[in-house]
Amino acid sequence: MKEFTYERATSAQEAAAKAQRIEGAKFIAGGTNLLDLMKLEIETPDHLIDVNGLGLDMIETTPEGGLRIGALVRNTSLAADLRVRRDYAVLSRALLAGASGQLRNKATTAGNLLQRTRCPYFYDTNQPCNKRSPGAGCAAIDGVSRQLGIIGVSEACIATHPSDMAVAMRVLDAEVETVDPAGQARKIPVADFHRLPGDSPHIETSLYSGELITAVTLPPPVSGNHIYRKVRDRASYAFALVSVAAILQRDGTGRVAVGGVAHKPWRVEEAEAELPKGAKPFAAGLLADAKPTQDNAFKLPLVERTVAAAINEARQ
Amino acid sequence: MIGLGSGGEAPATSSDAARRGFDVSFEVNGEPLNFRLDTRTTLLDALREHAHLTGTKKGCDHGQCGACTVIVNGVRINSCLTLAVMHEGDKITTIEGLGEPDHLHPMQAAFVEHDGYQCGYCTPGQICSAVAVLEEIKAGIPSHASVDLTSHPELTNAELRERMSGNICRCGAYSNIADAIAQVAESST
Repeated sequence: MKEFTYERATSAQEAAAKAQRIEGAKFIAGGTNLLDLMKLEIETPDHLIDVNGLGLDMIETTPEGGLRIGALVRNTSLAADLRVRRDYAVLSRALLAGASGQLRNKATTAGNLLQRTRCPYFYDTNQPCNKRSPGAGCAAIDGVSRQLGIIGVSEACIATHPSDMAVAMRVLDAEVETVDPAGQARKIPVADFHRLPGDSPHIETSLYSGELITAVTLPPPVSGNHIYRKVRDRASYAFALVSVAAILQRDGTGRVAVGGVAHKPWRVEEAEAELPKGAKPFAAGLLADAKPTQDNAFKLPLVERTVAAAINEARQ
Repeated sequence: MIGLGSGGEAPATSSDAARRGFDVSFEVNGEPLNFRLDTRTTLLDALREHAHLTGTKKGCDHGQCGACTVIVNGVRINSCLTLAVMHEGDKITTIEGLGEPDHLHPMQAAFVEHDGYQCGYCTPGQICSAVAVLEEIKAGIPSHASVDLTSHPELTNAELRERMSGNICRCGAYSNIADAIAQVAESST
């Protein structure tokens, strides 16, 4: 690990201002992903701003009847919150499908959104990676790519976003609340929060320099069957090959977001009109522009079948 | 959380400050401890190399194996994926704080009785994790194996195995570990 200096932030705006002002500064909260990457020297911050003391760890009801989840709410606390289990079960299920108990106890809501890809070529510093070194090239495209992206990919990067939680937040139309170095707050729809790789896969979110996530808000609950289905190589503690977050109604309508296939949670609202006709026409619309590799083309039928399984589950 | 700084102001004393170390105080197994540490020191390394409590083990050092599991403020975490300086004022329990050779914690005794290990390297992490798992179930925290999210989780084998999936045992003592935890769970309900 490279040397770094460390401080504990006492206000969100001050933390944001310092992150912008101090070269090589990063926020640290749960640290479960950042420290892993620092040990591998994939992340090499010069200065860490510990935001754990900012008190952003409450889950509150909003005036609109939704929930405001503080940035520092741990994954376990969020999954176990009675309101989330009752009214946003897809979110609770998604969180519980991710990582291990120990990691969920530490990992935060904001950190989960900001976690980096688990692409093996991003992790292997002997391989070229446009995320680690912009312009270096991508070893994954012609490499072992069965875990990687099939849609929204570019010539520069085929990495996926690894979060389960974010897929559920996408289907729930969550918004990310931030504060910038000047103290200005803004809300970013989670749909616009993560970027597609394009020719700059090292820029992963729409956050500005120094901007700090303070909360994620959920709109009022959406009734229906809340389902999260995750298909992975092990029964527990593994990243998704494909995951489906769905809220489905008895008449077959609903909304579906898919994880494990793209650089962000993948949802195509127009395709959802096809849901009452079944998984096949829906998946055809959802994945119309897919560009899989030979290794991961299996994800196309896997998405369709996982959506079909979710539809069946909703009918029971 | 990852923030990208872009400005020009470097901390005046970056590497000097890093070398000088950072003061941190926390309590381990009821004993208050103070250290001046290189900021890079993980909680795991602070416990093993500075507090000389070597019961907690370093396996993968990347949060994948669970050998480093300790209980911080009542919650189990991977001590390898957290910095010691982030634990100011915290109360930490390691395997040494759970029981002693002539006064075993019920979970330690159950691991012995059920042969819940072979080489023993993962065992301190398994036991700390198992003790915390039973508290998590008691607190009503659901898991991926919970059939009904809104009711209290049940003490099934599937629940225990799912909740213990962050602790790897390369000797494959899993079924005995699950038996040991189930025995403690049954005797405490």
